[in-house]
Amino acid sequence: MARLSPMDVYKALPGINCKKCGVDTCMAFASKLIEREMTPADCPPLFEAQYSEKQAALIKLLSPPVKEVVVGSGEKAIKLGGEEVIYRHELTYFNPTGLFYDVDDSLPVDEIKSRVSAIEDFGVDKIGRTLKLDGVAIRCKTGDAASFGEAVLAATETTELPLILCSHDSEVLEVGAEIALDRRPLLFAATPDNWEKIVEVALKNNCPVVASVPGDVEGLLKLSRNIRSAGISDIVLDIGTNTVGDGLAETINNLVILRRLAVEEELAEAMYPILGVPMVAWIDAKSEIDAGFEEATIAASQLLRFCDALILHSTEMWQNMPLLNLRLNIYTDPRVPVSVEAKLYEVGTPDENSPVFLTTNFALTYFTVASDLEAAKIPAYILVADTEGLAVEVSMAGKKITPEVIQDIFSKSGIEKLVKHRKLVIPGVTARIKGELEDATGWEIIVGPKDSSMIPGFLQKTPIA
Amino acid sequence: MNLEELLSSFAGADEIELENVTIDTEELILKVQQALIASGMPSVAGVGVSPELAPLEYKVPIREYKGSVAEVQLGATKSEGGTRKHVVKLGAQKSLYWFEGGIVNRPVVTFDVFDVAPPLPRAIREHVEDVWHDPAEWAKKAVKMGADLVTIHLTSTDPNNQDSSPREAAKTVEDVLQAVDVPLVIGGSGTPEKDPLVLEKCAEAAEGERCLLASANLDLDYKKIAQAAIKYKHNVLSWTSMNINDQKSLNRLLFDEGLTQDQIVQDPTTGALGYGLDYTYSIIERMKIGALKGDEELQMPISCGVTNAWGARESWLNNDAWGPREHRGPLWEIVTGTAVLMAGADIMMMLHPLAVKTVKDIILSMTGEKKSRNVRYEDWLTV
Ligand code: SF4
Repeated sequence: MARLSPMDVYKALPGINCKKCGVDTCMAFASKLIEREMTPADCPPLFEAQYSEKQAALIKLLSPPVKEVVVGSGEKAIKLGGEEVIYRHELTYFNPTGLFYDVDDSLPVDEIKSRVSAIEDFGVDKIGRTLKLDGVAIRCKTGDAASFGEAVLAATETTELPLILCSHDSEVLEVGAEIALDRRPLLFAATPDNWEKIVEVALKNNCPVVASVPGDVEGLLKLSRNIRSAGISDIVLDIGTNTVGDGLAETINNLVILRRLAVEEELAEAMYPILGVPMVAWIDAKSEIDAGFEEATIAASQLLRFCDALILHSTEMWQNMPLLNLRLNIYTDPRVPVSVEAKLYEVGTPDENSPVFLTTNFALTYFTVASDLEAAKIPAYILVADTEGLAVEVSMAGKKITPEVIQDIFSKSGIEKLVKHRKLVIPGVTARIKGELEDATGWEIIVGPKDSSMIPGFLQKTPIA
Repeated sequence: MNLEELLSSFAGADEIELENVTIDTEELILKVQQALIASGMPSVAGVGVSPELAPLEYKVPIREYKGSVAEVQLGATKSEGGTRKHVVKLGAQKSLYWFEGGIVNRPVVTFDVFDVAPPLPRAIREHVEDVWHDPAEWAKKAVKMGADLVTIHLTSTDPNNQDSSPREAAKTVEDVLQAVDVPLVIGGSGTPEKDPLVLEKCAEAAEGERCLLASANLDLDYKKIAQAAIKYKHNVLSWTSMNINDQKSLNRLLFDEGLTQDQIVQDPTTGALGYGLDYTYSIIERMKIGALKGDEELQMPISCGVTNAWGARESWLNNDAWGPREHRGPLWEIVTGTAVLMAGADIMMMLHPLAVKTVKDIILSMTGEKKSRNVRYEDWLTV
């Protein structure tokens, strides 16, 4: 799809340049809408009766080619989909892939509760923020509606996280949906065989529904249409997930086909979020380690190929850390600058005896060093050199950390007046240019650890002042 | 013809005539209802359905592309003037996605081998400890572990390392060429003053083998490297730092030296997972799309240093809360590799054997050479 032009959007605005939106012109506001920096609600005149036609046209125009489907309720509710583009560099991806972890109803209630708590409590620190998992997928392994109901009850008593209720049996889902009433669980799944009954449950309980037709794009599109025609507007598509091998290639191809149909061709049946189930890696798995690696590999490839939600099994840290980092990377807004300003930064309240660290102006590098120092409660100065936004190792290789660059930041920052000592700690990987830096600055250059997480231990061995 | 299709093709017709078909009436009524719902017609039973639905029209969205990626051959057989048993061909794509044009040349993995090993994370060290004082043995082991090619990094030539001479480096290259019969990537030490001299000498020693000289970049005497490649029949890696405009300029400069598209591989720099991978991912996508749109300065295969994954602390740091690093590390490299592969990488430089195997498994999935385990999708519900 051609991205919206400001002109298209402008035509659906009042066009009176009244500035009530806080922007100078309707045209400028149109650009903000396209970038999703503002919403139609920011333009009060639009809601006057005389502009009702424009208002309707605007809402239609701005609705993304991948519908935004909300799963869950309250603060922890998650938005799936809502995407505008195939390639993140064309704009950005908006709603990070929802990561759901399975719980099965054959477990005793206390085990269900402890697993659900583990999912909820999972967290990895990453430069001052915590990466979290998003939800729980309760699957009916027993085939028994009553057991499923107990599992759902146990989960709702334990967590506010969004839920996916998983069974092909409408009676099972009905029991679950009624227990999770007001929690807006996602129902997995309507198939060509059972969809009418599942749709009934969904309509009655106001739930979004997964349409599932493994490996058959046309079948899935037809099913999606049937479900929509029956009155459900919040649909999630499932084209199936295969294990690593030719089947996975087919899965990936189908994901691209679905997203292209949605974004580039605006085929109504395809304009929904997509769900993947990397958990298939656990079917007949050789070992937990094998399954863990395969599950993560499948998940990574699906996350990169537009999946808006995934159902996984392993809550192991070693497996989920890479996935959470991948999601963080892919859903980072590419419009945000990659670099921080090259200047002197302070951590805590440094004084004349505080250590001085050198790093590069790649935003992530700077924030990593700063948050490590903060976490270790080390008041310090950080001299950030202008390496054109490149990380330390890349800067070294690309000759972006040079004596000239360091001299520049030295004189600009006035660091010589701020500390009594004359010692500069440089990143371990820049050891090679120690001599050059000594010549350029006249300071004693101390080669620091290769990772800023090791600074506290390093400072104990190598006191600065 | 199946009944549903038959019925949907009648949807909207006033009269339906069935010839030579026997169906029981109840089934027919049910199917008619379903078909009508599916085609958006008001159903017999009057269930509320939207009247605006058109029949489902859908074609697999395959695109036409104006441009294509050049094909670069690494390695030369005897008849081609080299001594390699296998050659590797990169690039030659005419389309963006696997389903659009099939896999022309499958992406490949090259194992990193060092003449003097740098400090390696433990997860890797334990796999190569027995060979890491002998690059030739290391290269052999790499091939056994599934490498399509071997990259010999001549780290010892760094003046701050052993400052070994270009001649000594060339000797190492000869040893590795003797030891294995796969194509070679020859890497310097990242020392701008010295790399051109080292690569030139190695190019001479490996004359005719169509190695990949790694690398030419904007901060060193790329002309010397380009000329060595032309004179001794090799290819050049054109390496820049996460900047597509720099990449285009360097490629253009290499063209000016007389290299052609089929002698250049480009490397826009791979950021580690969690530390800049996003830039790499999007730059590769932009490069591939640019190439297919017809931008001649971008129509070369793409190389990625997936090994950079090990620069991320999460891959190697010993931290109980993060789980065992012997799994975490290789998975960090696997996910980094998967990302650049999906973005469009043609050759990946990698380090951990399990990461190499897993990424190759994905590549062989694409080509269909690796079959999926025989499982029923629905079984995840009850596993
Ligand atoms: S508030 Fe609405 S009408 Fe007024 S300037 Fe902004 S966009 Fe235009």
